[in-house]
Amino acid sequence: MKASAYDEMYTADGAVRPHYAEFAAWLASQPAEVLARKREEADLVFHRLGITFAVYGEAEGTERLIPFDQIPRILPAAEWTQLAAGLRQRVRALNAFLGDIYHGQEILKAGHIPAMQVLQNVQYRPEMQGLDVPGGIYAHIAGVDLVRAGAGEFYVLEDNLRVPSGVSYMLEDRRMMMRLFPDLFARHKIAPVEHYPDTLLEVLRTVAPVGVSNPTVALLTPGAYNSAYFEHAFLAQQMGIELVEGQDLFVADEQVFMRTTQGPRQVDVIYRRLDDDFIDPLAFRQDSMLGVPGLLSVYRAGRITLANAIGTGVADDKSIYPYVPEMVRFYLGEKPLLNNVPTWMLRKPDDLAYTLDHLAELVVKEVHGSGGYGMLVGPAATKREIADFRERIVAAPDKYIAQPTLALSTCPIFVDSGIAPRHIDLRPFVLSGREIRIVPGGLTRVALREGSLVVNSSQGGGTKDTWVLED
Amino acid sequence: MLSRTADHLYWMARYTERAENLARMLDVTQRMSLLHGGQVDEAGWTAALAIAGCEPGYRKTHDKVTPGGVLRYLTFDTENAASIMRCLKAARENAHAVRGTLTSELWETINDTWIRVRESSPAIVEGNGAGEFFEWVKYRSHLSRGVTIGTMLQDEALWFTRLGTYLERGDSTARILDVKFQALLPEGSNAGDEADNAGDYYQWSTLLRSVSAFEIYRKVYRDRITPRRVAELFILRADMPRSLHHCLAEVHDLLDRVANRQSAETGRRAGLLHSTLQYGRIEDIFAGGLHPFLLDFLARAADLSERIANDFLVPKH
Repeated sequence: MKASAYDEMYTADGAVRPHYAEFAAWLASQPAEVLARKREEADLVFHRLGITFAVYGEAEGTERLIPFDQIPRILPAAEWTQLAAGLRQRVRALNAFLGDIYHGQEILKAGHIPAMQVLQNVQYRPEMQGLDVPGGIYAHIAGVDLVRAGAGEFYVLEDNLRVPSGVSYMLEDRRMMMRLFPDLFARHKIAPVEHYPDTLLEVLRTVAPVGVSNPTVALLTPGAYNSAYFEHAFLAQQMGIELVEGQDLFVADEQVFMRTTQGPRQVDVIYRRLDDDFIDPLAFRQDSMLGVPGLLSVYRAGRITLANAIGTGVADDKSIYPYVPEMVRFYLGEKPLLNNVPTWMLRKPDDLAYTLDHLAELVVKEVHGSGGYGMLVGPAATKREIADFRERIVAAPDKYIAQPTLALSTCPIFVDSGIAPRHIDLRPFVLSGREIRIVPGGLTRVALREGSLVVNSSQGGGTKDTWVLED
Repeated sequence: MLSRTADHLYWMARYTERAENLARMLDVTQRMSLLHGGQVDEAGWTAALAIAGCEPGYRKTHDKVTPGGVLRYLTFDTENAASIMRCLKAARENAHAVRGTLTSELWETINDTWIRVRESSPAIVEGNGAGEFFEWVKYRSHLSRGVTIGTMLQDEALWFTRLGTYLERGDSTARILDVKFQALLPEGSNAGDEADNAGDYYQWSTLLRSVSAFEIYRKVYRDRITPRRVAELFILRADMPRSLHHCLAEVHDLLDRVANRQSAETGRRAGLLHSTLQYGRIEDIFAGGLHPFLLDFLARAADLSERIANDFLVPKH
């Protein structure tokens, strides 16, 4: 399996791919001690800036540095153009699907997706039925996870439509690379990514409630102990908007206000980084201390925009994922440009039987899980882990899907002994407002352990700067 | 600006200033205790606990007041919420909560202070390293204050930060003056015209140094050190950056800048206290008693803190 993985930098016979030629020449000319010193400098700066990631399950408030690797992941322009077209198409279809299932439910009536898969999904929010959202946009910010497998073809692994994170690492990795190796940027024509916060703010402003001409936008965070808090603070600062917690907001006269030192101030658009469940204790989880009581009623009255909308989770749920290509055909009448990974749905008896027979080869995921928690990577698991997982599957097969273990592509990284290939993925961020905007590239995550396929930062993954070369 | 943001900035500054003042106070306590020629200055170290408001907490976990015990308790004891360590941690946590509002230089400075103090060994305050540690804490506080003034936009965020600094500093100066005066000049003794002997001279000059005012005293009075002038310098001099008058002048001005629809009464009370210091005379203060005067000041400063919290930082609506 390892031998068959596609490498981003080298061909199977060890030659440097053309889009890496310039970089490889540069790398060969760098003395090892210079590179080592740059690595130390990067660690130091990231630490001092406090670019950290809080880890769940460890002592409260534990922060860890996300390892950053200095070998960029490079995409040629032509490859990116195709990917970007596929991403646009996919996110348009997903937004159309969300609008449909909360209104006419045409796709269910047409029998393309079993109605109960959608309507009984815990991520389906009946509160959203019949509610019109500005521009018909539900997932304003989507983080679509792509992997490259086999001979180098891309697959969508999942569509993150709730509160995708990681964009701050994309921006900080770029800033770090430019700081460490300005000469590299002089030698390549690399598409810039620095305008992401600007673009995001523009998108958020265009989806303000009808009639609001100069909207006030705020970013709602669960607070300083959230794993992605650094990113929330970073984005709010870059956009020049307030970073608010639930306690800073209140509802009065059918409007949402922030508590400020100059008295209450009306808020029109909330970029929320808080899950649906926690956003309004009057409507969803009553024990939530993080949300804003009464927010949903203002939302339903159309006097506040939430980005992303409530109820987007049903479209990125792993049990719905297999139907996304169908959505592209149904809503857009187009042929899907991006591949889905073949998926066994374990609620189907045949798929279940096949999966149980092949656990050691497959990846099994919880339908509602995310962040690399609650999954089994068959080839990397012990007999014991497989046996344990089997019991969990048999107890509730409809909670799981299975996919073939993809030989994710690799990219070289610096390791103690020199340079070695590690598996990577790619998360581009797709912004939907009046139009769809994608900053070239995205976040490349890398599994630091040899052979590992798990790239999540909560599971010891690292990141790389991602370059889209311009022609 | 968000009320919560202002609250974090205010407390970030207060805790930074508090750590500095603790270091100053412990430094002066240690220096004064050196005069006791090998005897443990139990009264001095007990006074240090009293200034920090830590005596009851200390007694719960310690049998005796010892220099080592007090130093450890007020510097690196993480169980003691008022220790320097915990103050620096609280400053950092408040900064962390609003790091998006801070300039990156300020955040880096505060974060770096915390990382370094966390990594240093509590043993450094035992033996000869204590003075160096106190210098370091002061230096880091100077640094973060300098970065604050040198990099932050002059808007509300800065005003609330400065408000925290000056309220905390005024409070601290009043406490240290009160406790040290009671120790050096007990009630009923000659009302403070003379510093009689070399020992007294050392004590008063050390007290001056604790607020970086020894050279200031020399420059302002060009005369012998007398307790009355020390009190005047600490309380009434507008141009002495750690005096009560200076702190209240700043608080008054800052409250004008951030005023909102409900803060008029708070501004008025700050102005009133400011004018008491502006037009007060040291003779009258001594005639009425220094201790009652300082107690009154502390109560009014506490009232201002509470009103600022209600008006700006944690409003009901």
